[in-house]
Amino acid sequence: MASITMDNLGKVYAGDVRAVTGVSIDIADGEMIVLVGPSGCGKSTLLRMVAGLETITEGTLRIGDRVVNRLEPAERDIAMVFQNYALYPHMTVYNNLAYGLKNRRMARAEIDRRVTEAAEMLQIGAFLDRKPRQLSGGQRQRVAMGRALVREPAAFLFDEPLSNLDAKLRVQMRVEIRQLQKRLATTSLYVTHDQLEALTLADRLVVLNGGRIEQIGTPMEVYARPATTFVAGFIGSPAMNMLPADWLRGVVAADALSHLPTGADLIGLRPEDMSLAPASDGGLTLEARLMLLEPAGAESHLHVKFDGMDEMFVVRLPHVPQVDEGSRLAFSLAREALHPFDAKTGLRL
Amino acid sequence: MQTKRMTFPSSWLPYALLAPQVIVTLIFFIWPASQALYQSFLRQDIFGLRTEFVWFDNFERLLADPLYLNSLKVTAVFSVGTTVLSMSLALLFAVMVNRMIRSRDGYTTFLVWPYAVAPAIAGVLWWFIFNPAIGIAPYVLQGLGYDWNHRSSSTDAMLLVIIAAAWKQISYNFLFFLAGLQSIPQSLLEAAAIDGASRTKRFWTIVFPLLSPVTFFLMVVNVVYAMFDTFGVIHATTEGGPAQATNILVYKVYRDGFVNLNLGSSAAQSVILMAIVVVLTVIQFRFIERRVNY
Ligand SMILES: Nc1ncnc2c1ncn2[C@@H]1O[C@H](COP(=O)(O)OP(=O)(O)OP(=O)(O)O)[C@@H](O)[C@H]1O
Ligand SMILES: [Mg+2]
Repeated sequence: MASITMDNLGKVYAGDVRAVTGVSIDIADGEMIVLVGPSGCGKSTLLRMVAGLETITEGTLRIGDRVVNRLEPAERDIAMVFQNYALYPHMTVYNNLAYGLKNRRMARAEIDRRVTEAAEMLQIGAFLDRKPRQLSGGQRQRVAMGRALVREPAAFLFDEPLSNLDAKLRVQMRVEIRQLQKRLATTSLYVTHDQLEALTLADRLVVLNGGRIEQIGTPMEVYARPATTFVAGFIGSPAMNMLPADWLRGVVAADALSHLPTGADLIGLRPEDMSLAPASDGGLTLEARLMLLEPAGAESHLHVKFDGMDEMFVVRLPHVPQVDEGSRLAFSLAREALHPFDAKTGLRL
Repeated sequence: MQTKRMTFPSSWLPYALLAPQVIVTLIFFIWPASQALYQSFLRQDIFGLRTEFVWFDNFERLLADPLYLNSLKVTAVFSVGTTVLSMSLALLFAVMVNRMIRSRDGYTTFLVWPYAVAPAIAGVLWWFIFNPAIGIAPYVLQGLGYDWNHRSSSTDAMLLVIIAAAWKQISYNFLFFLAGLQSIPQSLLEAAAIDGASRTKRFWTIVFPLLSPVTFFLMVVNVVYAMFDTFGVIHATTEGGPAQATNILVYKVYRDGFVNLNLGSSAAQSVILMAIVVVLTVIQFRFIERRVNY
């Protein structure tokens, strides 16, 4: 087990394609870090740089105390779970798990012990004699996990390991991965574009955009205080509403926004921070027309037009209200629910 | 698989559509094949005046003929040699080209060219290169202390026909191997690299086993090629000599039938060849689907 230190990592592919810029992350021993961001933001590239599958063109990477920039993947003592699992199709499950150990010339008895133990942990003991093609997607996923587990590496790397599973299995495996990781306390780097997966799995979250870090923090920090408008829009579902400060000043009492820093010209407001109840002391009230009501079981999404605005915004309520589309509603919110941003730089103020 | 049922407006149309294929097969395969089969039971005297029905006598004589048994042995050596040489070189080239990024297409084009050359031309080409009097290869070998002469040495002659026959087939094998290599997901090799396998180890434990369907298919194709499709190569280089050292079965059929005019024996030989083709084809169809599957 080991820490991973990324110091100003950057990647430029052949042909001057810049994929990653100035990424510095300190991953503590036993910590689970999740890289999240939209497609093409460089998550896989960064993970593969750590794995040794892509050369590092800028910066230094340490695993434990060693600088590993120039080491082969095999010498870095990491294990990786691929999105398509990358199981060896011509080997049995047992041999898939044992392959990495055999290559390291481990004693047969020890290989056997480790494979049996991992198979038990992942409940794949019954399939050890099967070939990968004789397994379901979920079982293959477990084998891929097992192959990483038996190695007992310094760190696990995951590249969207759950994206090929159906929704129900994905939730189940997510829970299992988290439990396993906590129990083994192995340093982990996990890539996903699914924000729910990111929020639930991470000790700390790294939001990437265009190859750069937008924010690092615990899931709750990132959710409660998004550092940029990008993070605000990316984390949270439905996405945060962005209201022009000028408009907001026109529709609420003059002193209601006095707590916001000067220069805040874009105000973020999460859909779930509004309610239909009358405003409490010091709270704000916004009036709107309901354009569309989307009931979603335990909650509902209201698409509304605030007075004086042409765009639609979303309100999320923890119930389905008895209101008609086209009717006028008053929403209340706490002053603290407003997130002030600078529209030009995109930074939180 | 679901079979699709077609209904034709008139009952003769399907037969008419099949007819060209059937007629071609009848004229160019069934008819000559049955002629050969019939012929193989006959014996003519040397002037072609008297023809006698001799049952299996031609076959019995053949299998007792040391020249024929020698030809069988020569064919085996030649086929195995050609197959091994052309397949291993093709695999080597495919692996090297597959590693390239930019110049891959250029190399592929170059490596495919020999396939467009007719066997006889290829034979002449190699005949020139290895010509003991004017060829470049014997000259170079001489410098290395080897006295090349495929007109007197049966080993040299065998090597020459193997090289000439294999050269042409490398292109074909190369294309299949390259396609096979490209269909192996990159992530498998990456996983193996992380799993601590060296480049060589990755090749023998991951790539080679995953290529086995291609390898098996090519093996059958190459054996068939070496046994039946190399007449031109032999004819242009050694004409079966020296002392029958490169007289493979197909060439012997031609020599015995058209040069020595022993039609009965020649026909019996071609019937045996036909049987070998049938066996090879059956092997290919039966095994390619099952055993080689991983
Ligand atoms: N081998 C390569 N050569 C050149 N550019 C590449 C290469 N691999 C990736 N890129 C580029 O680098 C950028 C980051 O790619 P990367 O695969 O890391 O994205 P990602 O965040 O993993 O996206 P996704 O969520 O779709 O997997 C992309 O713009 C991509 O086009
Ligand atoms: Mg990716």
